[in-house]
Amino acid sequence: MFIKVNKDKCTGCETCLSSCPYDAIIVKDGKADITELCQLCRSCLSVCPEGAIFEVEEEADKKEKAQGSGVWVFAEQRDGELAGVSFELLGAGRRLAEKLGGEVSAVLFGGSAAGAEELIRWGADKVYHCDDGMFGAFNDEPYAGLLAELITQYRPEIVLAGATPIGRSFFPRVAARLKTGLTADCTSLDIDGETKNLLQVRPAFGGNIMATILCPHTRPQMATVRPRVMKRGEYDASRKGEVVKIRADNVKSRTKVIETIREVSEMSVNLQEANIIVSGGRGMGGEKGFQLLFDLAEALGGCVGASRAAVDEGWIPYRHQVGQTGKTVGPKLYIACGISGAVQHLVGMQSSDIIVAINKNPDAPIFSVATYGIVGDLFEILPLLTKKIKEVKGA
Amino acid sequence: MKIVVCVKQVPDTAEVRINPETNTLIRDGVESIINPYDMHAIEAGLQIREKTGGKVTVLTMGPPQAENALREAISMGVDDAVLLTDRSFAGSDTWATAYALSKAIEHLGADVILCGKQAIDGDTAQVGPEIAEFLDIPHIAYIRKIEDVKEGRIVVQRLMDEGYDLMESSLPVLLTVVRELNVPRMPSLKGKMAAKKAGIKKLTAADIGAEESKLGLRGSPTQVRNIFAPEAKRDRKIIDGTNEEIIDALVKELTGLKCL
Amino acid sequence: MDYLLTEEQIMIRDLARQIAEEKIVPVRAELDETGTFPHDIMKTLAQSDLFGLFIPEEYGGLGKGCLELAIAVEELSRACLGVSTTYAANALGTYPLLLFGSDEQKKRYLPDIAAGKKLVAFGLTEANAGSDAGGIQTTARLEGNEYVINGTKQWITNGGEAGIYTIIGITDRSKGPRGASAFVVEKGTPGFSFGKKENKMGIRASATTELIFDNCRVPKENIIGKEGMGFVVAMKTLDNSRTGVGSQGVGVAQGAFEEAVKFARQRVQFGHPVITFQAVQHMLADMGTSIEAARALVYAVSRFIDAGAKDVSKESAMAKVFATDVAMRVTTDAVQVMGGSGYMKEYPVEKMMRDAKILQIYEGTNQIQRNVIGQALIKEAAKANK
Repeated sequence: MFIKVNKDKCTGCETCLSSCPYDAIIVKDGKADITELCQLCRSCLSVCPEGAIFEVEEEADKKEKAQGSGVWVFAEQRDGELAGVSFELLGAGRRLAEKLGGEVSAVLFGGSAAGAEELIRWGADKVYHCDDGMFGAFNDEPYAGLLAELITQYRPEIVLAGATPIGRSFFPRVAARLKTGLTADCTSLDIDGETKNLLQVRPAFGGNIMATILCPHTRPQMATVRPRVMKRGEYDASRKGEVVKIRADNVKSRTKVIETIREVSEMSVNLQEANIIVSGGRGMGGEKGFQLLFDLAEALGGCVGASRAAVDEGWIPYRHQVGQTGKTVGPKLYIACGISGAVQHLVGMQSSDIIVAINKNPDAPIFSVATYGIVGDLFEILPLLTKKIKEVKGA
Repeated sequence: MKIVVCVKQVPDTAEVRINPETNTLIRDGVESIINPYDMHAIEAGLQIREKTGGKVTVLTMGPPQAENALREAISMGVDDAVLLTDRSFAGSDTWATAYALSKAIEHLGADVILCGKQAIDGDTAQVGPEIAEFLDIPHIAYIRKIEDVKEGRIVVQRLMDEGYDLMESSLPVLLTVVRELNVPRMPSLKGKMAAKKAGIKKLTAADIGAEESKLGLRGSPTQVRNIFAPEAKRDRKIIDGTNEEIIDALVKELTGLKCL
Repeated sequence: MDYLLTEEQIMIRDLARQIAEEKIVPVRAELDETGTFPHDIMKTLAQSDLFGLFIPEEYGGLGKGCLELAIAVEELSRACLGVSTTYAANALGTYPLLLFGSDEQKKRYLPDIAAGKKLVAFGLTEANAGSDAGGIQTTARLEGNEYVINGTKQWITNGGEAGIYTIIGITDRSKGPRGASAFVVEKGTPGFSFGKKENKMGIRASATTELIFDNCRVPKENIIGKEGMGFVVAMKTLDNSRTGVGSQGVGVAQGAFEEAVKFARQRVQFGHPVITFQAVQHMLADMGTSIEAARALVYAVSRFIDAGAKDVSKESAMAKVFATDVAMRVTTDAVQVMGGSGYMKEYPVEKMMRDAKILQIYEGTNQIQRNVIGQALIKEAAKANK
């Protein structure tokens, strides 16, 4: 498919220019022209007042789509512990499989036999498990090599992984090797009723825009999925399934993990598991401001998060960052302090149950997602709030 | 040491918005910049060169106007700039982009390839690892420190969720880098003057011997079906009063919701 | 206004602006608060070749002139006068070598200066020799192949931070003004030390100290020019550097003006942004106009110097006095436009106002500048009536 401009109809009015998210349209000699930046998102088709922009189908568009069946999820483990996102992927995989028919399988590299059984209880019909020692620590080449081998052998229709540092690092290698599409960091997955294609929704442009991505002709359809966005599958302690033992005979690696170092700050920053997060943005003014947040978080028994602005300023390390380029979180309580609420931040925290926003600007976009909004001076309110919480908790 | 840094010219995304009524982009006055993560990759390339000697080449795939990004890189001190540009790249997704870039890198030759961890317009973080796969070389993503680099071997720190991994790799290798790695240098005046005059080497699909069926839309397994504005809705309650009243009311509400 | 700058001049402006915005603005309040010398920023300026701007190409510089320097100083000053003072004082200290240095001296010192490896300081002022440079008491006595320097210089910008010092001392008191000579002294020379760092009202990021010479011996070759030329060296140096102080004035005024406009558009009183009130508009109009006039004068005099003019005392004094008086008035008015907010340290204009004051004082007070202008006028009039 291509997007083209009918030069006879085009009046050079430039209406289409601003419709293009990729800046792919230029006006040359009084006529619009689609440049090679075009991503075929079709945003321009509807805006042309003359109807001069149209799509051209190609022979290649009609090609037969490849075959495959079943939904696979890559179950990530760290130090033998299954990552929470694995259960979320099983939930998502189950919902997709219901619409498609077919099984849900999990793939587990490293980890234990007990872990494999756990995946069945979370919704897997089958678990492909390789417990070779080389999979203990994450290493791209063995992970990519073995997964690509399994996919080639068993031909699933859909393969999902968590959009974690692990999934986002080795899944692209697998997709490249298998000549198939991969969509990063999806926030919603569905099946097209007509074509049965996977509809993959993901944020782009720092979360300012959402895009639906298709992988129409090749299989499997691969996607990484944001942690804490999908609902977990249902846990059933009595569920039965099959564990298929896998051997890693042909797997090579030119990289080596020498050592794994944990770095946990004073207040543990496992944001994605936290029930309460106190988060700060540019309005905190600096490291001193963040101390107020640490005080409040300590009183509440929560973690401290931050917006990209605060991290970019160097007030707090990157691992505290919440948002499109940081972590997605979904705590019971999220307190946003001095965060204006750029979409980039909102996509990372808006699934929190209760959101409290404190900001001096009453028009800050953060208030549009807040359960409770407070317009005021953080430097007065935060110490008072911390004191009050301590009183309530002490009582 | 031959170092290739892949960069992308991107719109400053913080400024891009969608008009929810018309579903069209509002991008008035949005500037094109070098993807911020790629600036750290350029700096890393320059630092490796300072240590081991060699040459840093900056490579971008894009339309002719992406030359500006390359000139900016030259003003920071890279030796060479290559623009990969061809109409046949139109509509490339990450797969086809990575394929084309890998062919260009094959053409140029490299011991260390550096990329930003992701581009801020697409945020996919896929092109780097995919290039490595096409070149059949190892990659390590999310590099926050380069501990040591010498002929044939590199030791780096890879940022993970709960800390970092100390990793070793043979060369050639592809690394994607995070902000913590370094502070990108400012351009120099001599660099800026050189950048103005520098010749930018242009490569086409034919120059790099790319197979046409793997380029552009035809070579892209994924397609964008549509774009739309993200939703943001929630009933909010503004709490008014003196600071003391506000805090009492808030704590009461939160206690009621069993948040505390 | 478009000053028809060349492409290279625009490049210099853009680079200096980028450094100012990305590296200086984020830290200026802290540098001011703590009185910290900006080593990191100096390193950035060095890497960016800005220290080589006015150094001839044969010594590793870019061979540009007074106007290019003025443009760079203006942009740095727009962000922080403390930083730009450090940078401008470096140029001040370098001029004696540039204008009067021997080939050997130039070869020895200029490449390091151009590369930003060493900062320079200029030492003229003493406790009893401020506006009256004739009161200098520091002496330099020739003993064999060495000069022995004794005395104390006061309020020297870049003192302690600079590696190279160009100073004025008396070699023959009996000759009066013709008895002074200029010397270059390197940091680390035995007998050369620094007094405590001064605690200043403004430009607090810059380092200001005493230079203490206690039987400090330097080789005879360290004299700049010839014995007895000290005052000529000092005056010609100041003639060249004064436009730089003028551009500091233009820069800080521009910075304060922009803050005031931004604030006035946001601040709502009586239901309207305060910029809609004529009282505020008129203040801003006067501020904007006087900045443009100051800039035009500074650029014109810089171009005059770059064109090779012989005597520029009057013109450079005019540029200095006008632009720095504008700076004081505009920064004060910026605080006024912003009211209580302007007086608070949350906003940068109170710092700009404190910083601006020094511009009317250093490198010749504005009263002395007016003397210079007045004397030049008398001379010109006498000539015309001949």
